[in-house]
Amino acid sequence: MMRMTGAQALLEGFKREGVEVIFGYPGGALLPISDALYHEQEIRHILVRHEQAAAHAADGYARATGKVGVCLATSGPGATNLVTGIATAYMDSIPLVAVTGQVVTAAIGRDSFQEADITGITMPITKHNYLVKDVRELPRVIKEAFYIASTGRRGPVLIDLPRDVAQAELDFEYPDKVELRGYQPQAKGHPLQVKKAAALIAGAERPVIIAGGGVVASEAADELAKFAELINTPVTATLMGKGVFPERNGLSLGMPGMHGTAYSNYALNGADVIIAAGMRFDDRVTGKLETFAPNAKFIHIDIDPAEIGKSVPPAVPIVGDVKLVLQALMKRLDQQDHSPWLAQIQEWKERYPLSYKGDGLKPQMIVEEIHKITGGDAIITTEVGQNQMWAAQFYPCQRPRRFLSSGGLGTMGYGFPAAIGAQVAFPDAVVWDIAGDGSIQMNIQELATAVANKLAVKVAILNNCYLGMVRQWQELFFGGRYSCVDVSCGMPNFVTLAEAYGAVGIRVEQEQEVRPALRKAMRVRDRPCLIDFRINREENVMPMVPAGGSIDQMMID
Amino acid sequence: MRHTISVLVENQPGVLARCAGLFARRGFNIESLAVSTTEAPQTSRMTIVVEGPEWVLEQISKQLYKLRDVIKVLDHTGDPVVSRELALIKVKAHPDARNEIMQVAAIFRSNIVDVAADTLIIEATGNEEKISALENLLAKHGIVEMVRTGKVVLVRGAKQT
Repeated sequence: MMRMTGAQALLEGFKREGVEVIFGYPGGALLPISDALYHEQEIRHILVRHEQAAAHAADGYARATGKVGVCLATSGPGATNLVTGIATAYMDSIPLVAVTGQVVTAAIGRDSFQEADITGITMPITKHNYLVKDVRELPRVIKEAFYIASTGRRGPVLIDLPRDVAQAELDFEYPDKVELRGYQPQAKGHPLQVKKAAALIAGAERPVIIAGGGVVASEAADELAKFAELINTPVTATLMGKGVFPERNGLSLGMPGMHGTAYSNYALNGADVIIAAGMRFDDRVTGKLETFAPNAKFIHIDIDPAEIGKSVPPAVPIVGDVKLVLQALMKRLDQQDHSPWLAQIQEWKERYPLSYKGDGLKPQMIVEEIHKITGGDAIITTEVGQNQMWAAQFYPCQRPRRFLSSGGLGTMGYGFPAAIGAQVAFPDAVVWDIAGDGSIQMNIQELATAVANKLAVKVAILNNCYLGMVRQWQELFFGGRYSCVDVSCGMPNFVTLAEAYGAVGIRVEQEQEVRPALRKAMRVRDRPCLIDFRINREENVMPMVPAGGSIDQMMID
Repeated sequence: MRHTISVLVENQPGVLARCAGLFARRGFNIESLAVSTTEAPQTSRMTIVVEGPEWVLEQISKQLYKLRDVIKVLDHTGDPVVSRELALIKVKAHPDARNEIMQVAAIFRSNIVDVAADTLIIEATGNEEKISALENLLAKHGIVEMVRTGKVVLVRGAKQT
């Protein structure tokens, strides 16, 4: 038991939780913590250039490693700048602990300088949050925060720490365990439900597995692969589950939903049994719920009981950790054969492959080339919009935790700081952010963070001088009335912009320049690299299920 | 359909705000909410009357359970319960109407707790139907103001929640 300040206790608690890196930005309310960091040898503080980037970087770090990501911001505007990043993590169930400084306890509730009710503001977007008024509570709060963030359905937890509490002293003692009456995540699936599911699967003729982010969180890729092979069933992985089933495997259907492969949507539509593992039937996947998979009975496996029955009525609900449930299921199942169904799917694959046509610099080709030069094994982050969809479609992944994309909230500006977080986690990995010209400018200042920390993140800007996804909708559904989407005026020269920060910038205007540019980017090992790819302005993402549409009625091109 | 649920929660700052916020953003319609401490000092009890179909109630319960501070959610639909609320009703009471009003109050075993020149305040406890019936009978005299606490509920018999 040692006597120390709250700030020191915070860092000590972090160490007990295995934290090695925090992403942060200082401020008045954080001064005691910044001071404690001055002498800190074990925990690395990465200074970002906008608090939003701290949250996204911690998020990217968490998705890439499976550990809890930690970010730090000061009170008031520092804390509110974290909100988008916290909401992003909340929607995608990513384990995050956000610590915000707060004004001194006597000043709370008095509209003080740089005061914000961040616990009130983040209540709907955190699993739980804490305002620590007594420094003696801090060790328990830290332990609880990490426990809640990293168990059950993962998610962000916020700790608001007033400056005087951070300066106050305590005798530090870290609790051994945490027992919460109101929070007891369920891990094992109910054996009776597992038995029912096995029976349903054994009798299925056209089964499909949909795997989502829950399989990633559960680290159940191996179990999923064995399970799919055992029951000879095709697997479609949502955006959040990309890589959880090797996309080069013959049973892989790619991604389902609004911009998914046509054959995955046809398969879902024709299925008689759908096994939903760690996915939540988001509207981007299902399209119109009333006509979604009309002939299928659902087996819904999820760790969050609230998801079960929320969107789709399951014939067999199983609350539990996907890894454990799949293991239990496999014990009750024999090798199956669904050759006729797989032959039908193969026919759909051949008739409706993902494709693109036409001349000029094609974004789909660029993503394919990045896939080639990285051996399909890079860590890919994306921004949001057309760039995100092309990346999801044309960069097949073989492993989980390699494709980091803001799925639920769809946050532009996520990809670059998330790539920084992933690169910090894996300094020797190749990390690419697939971006759009709109998105990349939302956290462009993080070029400084990458340069300062020698992070060789590569950014492929698929530049069409438009806010592309919105423009696409305006073309298809609003009579081509392009409103508020033309960003060609004021478009920076990304080469000189990159160089202004001390990074490498490359411009590509023609097909034949793509490979040399990628090779050059891959050779840059000590600083970030931006490539400005000048693609066709009016390229569309296809296939597409229009909003409110049925997934079996796709626009193919 | 109206449902009554009891929610046992940790007696911590912000719990009420958390639960109310959850209801608001999920679009659950709260008709009444009563909250206080219980026989166990660490635990508070909220009694909530909610309007909505069956599946909404299931979602409410499951979403509440996700909160760290929620310990137990009890749906009282079909339970044998004792259900009470308290109302204070300030009614116009001119001397000629006063007798009738006092009779009504007596019939409902309620108390007159304030007398003024033109008004009376009646304090009534009972289940929802009783309070509503009293309110309806007094309405014709003119209700100046009234306040109801919202339902509180305990399950009958030895069954402890």
